Amino acid sequence: MPIKTDAVGKEWPGTTYQVGREKIKEYAHALGIDNSVHFDVEAARAAGFRDVVAPPMFAVVYSGPALGPVLFDPDVGMNFAAMVHGGQVFEWGEPVCSGDEITTTSKCLSIEEKDGKGFYVFETVSVNQDGAEAVRGTWTNIVRGV
Amino acid sequence: MSEPNVGDRVPELSVTPDRYLPHRYAGASGDFNPIHIDPEFAKAVGLPSNILHGLYSMGLVARANAALAGGDPRALKRLSVQFRGMGAPEQEIVVSGTVKAVDGDRVVVDTIAQQGETAIIKNAEAEVEL
Repeated sequence: MPIKTDAVGKEWPGTTYQVGREKIKEYAHALGIDNSVHFDVEAARAAGFRDVVAPPMFAVVYSGPALGPVLFDPDVGMNFAAMVHGGQVFEWGEPVCSGDEITTTSKCLSIEEKDGKGFYVFETVSVNQDGAEAVRGTWTNIVRGV
Repeated sequence: MSEPNVGDRVPELSVTPDRYLPHRYAGASGDFNPIHIDPEFAKAVGLPSNILHGLYSMGLVARANAALAGGDPRALKRLSVQFRGMGAPEQEIVVSGTVKAVDGDRVVVDTIAQQGETAIIKNAEAEVEL
């Protein structure tokens, strides 16, 4: 059966994430990141940030939830049980700080079959409360045995 | 790093995630997929045991590259990775990289994350503004 490609080009509405200091601290601790701009508001402000700033890969925390409904969308029709995360790209813009409200929209860029595997590529675009782009993510999921 | 040149090695980052790191990362990231936190579940679906989150390992690659700019979170402009071999808790991860291109104050670094001989992230390319 050829792979289902109905979802290519489909866009999903935005989900909003409220960034907070304690969550940034928790993420930075898990990654062993010790720069005080992630923990101490005074240090962050002295370095030119509005508030405690998130490490770049905190992008997964605020943009990842937007992909939940995408991966389970029947139009996508992905066999979730056979899925692995194959590749990831992030391009960063405006830094993300505590107090920001980040809205992430998703889009299906492509669905292709190659060597008996399905390659599903999604894009997320995350903007802050001022409309400035914080990060653009490209998520490649591979489904074995489509 | 001052005046980077193509071919320069970036400082290596070595981290050994402890047994419970996947639980802490699950909490921090919101990804509670049981293959990362439940060894019995992981074995039941054919894995050797619970495996590290790929995005945790990518986080270490980001940390290693941000270190080029003193850890400034604004420095990392782009990071592209491919997830390959599975990462395991309680084994040392070594992130290493080589400068591939220099364009003004922006450098492109080829990065790899390995556990022993296994590449858990490969073909990682980071753009860092110094």
